[in-house]
Formats: sequence, structure tokens, C-alpha cells
Amino acid sequence: MEGFVALYIIMLAAFTGYAVISRVPVILHTPLMSGSNFVHGVVLVGAMVALGQAQTPFEQAIGFLAVLLGAGNAVGGYVVTERMLAMFKSEKNRTSAKKGQ
Amino acid sequence: MTREVVINSSYFVVAFLFILGLKGMSSPVTARRGITWAGAGMVLATLVTFAWPGMGNYGLMIIALILGGGISWWSGRVVRMTDMPQMVALFNGMGGGSAAAIAAIELARGETHGTAVTVLAALGALIGSTAFSGSCIAFAKLQGILRKTMHLPGQNAVNVILAVLTIISAIHAIVSGTAAGLAVFFGFALLLGVIITIPIGGADMPVVISLLNALTGLAVGFEGYVLNNPAMMIAGVVVGAAGSLLTRLMAKAMNRPLFNVLFKPITGEVRAGGAGITGTMKEISALDAAAMLRYARKVIIVPGYGMAVGQAQHKIREMTELLEEVGVEVKFAIHPVAGRMPGHMNVLLAEADVPYEKIFDLEEINEEFSQTDVTLVIGANDVVNPAARTDKSSPIYGMPILNADRAQNVIVIKRGKGAGYSGTENPLFYAENARMLYGNAQTVVGELIKDLKELMS
Repeated sequence: MEGFVALYIIMLAAFTGYAVISRVPVILHTPLMSGSNFVHGVVLVGAMVALGQAQTPFEQAIGFLAVLLGAGNAVGGYVVTERMLAMFKSEKNRTSAKKGQ
Repeated sequence: MTREVVINSSYFVVAFLFILGLKGMSSPVTARRGITWAGAGMVLATLVTFAWPGMGNYGLMIIALILGGGISWWSGRVVRMTDMPQMVALFNGMGGGSAAAIAAIELARGETHGTAVTVLAALGALIGSTAFSGSCIAFAKLQGILRKTMHLPGQNAVNVILAVLTIISAIHAIVSGTAAGLAVFFGFALLLGVIITIPIGGADMPVVISLLNALTGLAVGFEGYVLNNPAMMIAGVVVGAAGSLLTRLMAKAMNRPLFNVLFKPITGEVRAGGAGITGTMKEISALDAAAMLRYARKVIIVPGYGMAVGQAQHKIREMTELLEEVGVEVKFAIHPVAGRMPGHMNVLLAEADVPYEKIFDLEEINEEFSQTDVTLVIGANDVVNPAARTDKSSPIYGMPILNADRAQNVIVIKRGKGAGYSGTENPLFYAENARMLYGNAQTVVGELIKDLKELMS
């Protein structure tokens, strides 16, 4: 990728990150932190490429470790975030149902 | 050619889904949809990567995926809600470690990609390793494996020297291109994470986890640049920026600039007596406390880490319902950094089915304490410490606190007589209108429920 194009992407992505979470209620801080933790689990993709192109046993070992950790980040991050948000959801339905009565 | 188009357009969709997902997660209405979008993005990204040209080692890859994903899936499922903060720290550490491992391969291969790529790979390695070891320490501390907060003599000088050594070793590793040089560099980077995180404790912990999360995002972004992978680049940088903002918001809520969090840790010494503490701690029985609550018009509950430790949230909800039955108005006041993570208390109360509309932020409720009959503090300490308002020598001076002490009566449920997690004495406990109720939060609230039922029969 052209160096400058990459720089533009980085700049725009940084502003997007700021803008996207600029107005978050405190109540969602933990799930959001957990959710962003899940999103950087995309490192798994890079780990897979690194392992896939590994030649020597050393590269294979480190690549294996990278995929192992990356998969842990992605899957664990998802499960934990999903569990937190599931509680909010059911609670919301319950109260809105109550209100409707 | 077509394969590349499919891969690239898939990554484009992935980046879009991630941003949409994060956006969704910032509102309670769309939060669940948000994580589903992001999850779909992750699945797509993983699947399409199998088709990346020139790849091998598929057997190893699938084993690693199943092993890493399986263990995390299982541990994420079984962990108790109260232990969530350390799980987030742990999973975050894994991400950092993964980014560092990718960088290790790229740097060890030593192909000349050009200076920019090498520098970013090394930067990603440095940040990723630091985030990895730092997160492991954060996990160990919150899990209680590592109990003591250690202070090295001349901590800040040690930090600076180590950081400089790490950078020198990075340059040496790149220039020399030897495996040994690389190993030294990674060793220093890992040590740096440990040394920076180990003296940090108490109320600063959530800020540090958030910071480490942002750092991992950055490391992932840099490795995305190295691997020429736009999905990684965008997701990583977005998380890096969002995480930095979250970290700043949290540090601001505590009125502790990030610099102080990292370089002026709250010391663990209990200052004997403390400045201007008068009076004694007065104990109260559960029955008296129950009567006080029963005949109050308005009660505000201030939960803290003690509620999480005691798993008391369900009992508290039960008690709240009892009180409401007899017409007592009950509200919850949540300090931004109560617990070990922002929103920690909200998550626990939501788990126990406490309705949203009873839960209030610091700004929303702080004026109401003066018109409240009883404030019930459950396992919170530093966030209701009036020394933050008045005592300039206090390490938490200037932090906004909940005005619990301004209520007519304050009942404090506390495990023991010790000082708070930050190690500072709390004058509130000695105040004329305060009564102490010692014990594990769940047990004590259980007793309160029993006594309330008696009073109501």
C-alpha cells in the first residue's frame, strides 16, 4: 500500500474511533470496552497469514502462538461482551413490557 | 485476480461491520445488534483469510484456532459476572501478544520492506509486548494472584531507563538483524509492561485496563500496516482512538491526569489517623439498620467493589423490592469508577434485574443526597471519601465523590475496619451521622432482608 494512502487511512480511522464513541452513557462503558477489545481480535487475521506463510520451525511455532492468542482474543472478547449485553437486553424488554401494562 | 478482489472486498465489508458494530454498542437500544454486526465481521474476516494466496500450515492453523478459541469460549462462558474485568484484561493481553508474535516473525525474517514498515513492525512489537505483559499483571492483580502493590525505589527513574533501554535494544535488533538481538528487545519490552503496571493499584486499575486496550488496538493497527491488511489497520486504529478517548474520560472522572495514574501511583501506606479525622467508628446491628431503612422515606444505595466481591447484587435487589413494597423510595448512585472498571456496578445491577431507571450517575444524583434519609454504602470506600473534597494532602484530593455524607444517616456495610483499596483513611466512617455494619456484603444484606421481613409482618 502506498505510504501516504496508509497515513490517510490511519488518520480517518482515528477520527472515526473518536466520533463513534463520543457519546456513550456510563452504563455502557464496560460492555464498550469489552466490545472494542473484541474488535481488535481481528489481529487473528494477521496471525493466520503469518502462520500460513511461515517457513522455518521457528516461524511456525511463533505463528502458532499468534493464532492461538488471536483466536483467544476474538472468541473470548465476543463471548464476554455478548454476555454483558444480553443482560441489558432482557432487562430492557422486561421493564418496557411492564410499562406497557 | 478474482480471488484478490473477493478478499479485498470482504475486508472492506469487515471494516464497515466493525465500525457499525462499535457505533451500535454506544447506545443501549442498539448495543446487542452492534456486537452481532461486529461478530459477523469477525467470522467473515476469518473465513476469507483461509483463501489468502500462498498459504500453508492449514493443519496447525486449525488446531490453534480450535484450541485458542475453545479455551476462551469456555472460560468466557463460565466466568462469574464479578470477574469480568480481569477476563477483559486477559483477552486484551492475548491480542497484544498475538500482535507482538506477528511482529517477531516479520522482524526475524528480516526482509527489507523499507524503513517505514520495519519501524512500524518494531513499534507494534514494543506496544504489543508491553500490553501483553501489562495485561497479565492486571489480570493477576484483579484475580488476587498478585496481592501486593509493589513500589520500586525510584520507580519513575527505573521506568524511564527501562524505556530507553528498550528503544535502544529495538534499534540494535533492527540494525544487527540477529535473533539474539531480537530476543533481548522482546525481553525488555515484556519487562517494561510488568514494571509499569506493577505499582498501579486501586481505583487506577480501570484506567490502566482501558489504556492497555487502546495500546493493543494501536499495535494491531501497526501490524496491519506491516502485513498490508486494511481490515486490521482500520479496526486497530479505530480501537486505539476509541480506547484512548475512553481512558481519558475515565481519568477525567477521577480527576487524576493520565500522567499521574502512570507515574504517581497512589501509595499503599495507610496514613495513621489522617488529617482532621475526629470521632470514632460507631457500629450498628443489622436489626437497627433494617429499622432505619424501613422507616425512611428515601434511601440511596451506593454500591462499590465490596458488592462485587460479596456477590450481593441479587440480595440487594430483593431488599430494594421489600423496601418499595412499604413505600420507601430507593435509588442507586453509581460513581464513574466504582468497582474495578467503568460501569462495573451497572453490569452487576443489570444482572440482578435492577431496572435502569433506578440507577443514576454522579452528576444526576449528587444534589439529592441532602434530601435523603439514609444512604446505604455497600462495599464502597474511596468514591464516598469526603477527604477528596477537603484534604489537600490526600492522594485522592480533587476526585469528584458521591456526597453520601450529606444524607441524614449513613449506613456503611464493610468487610472490616481497614482502609480503602487506595489505602487512605475515610473520615466518613468516623462522622457523627455514620454507622458501620461489618461483614460480607451478601451475608449482611441477607440479614437485613430477614429483619425487614420481621418488621413488616
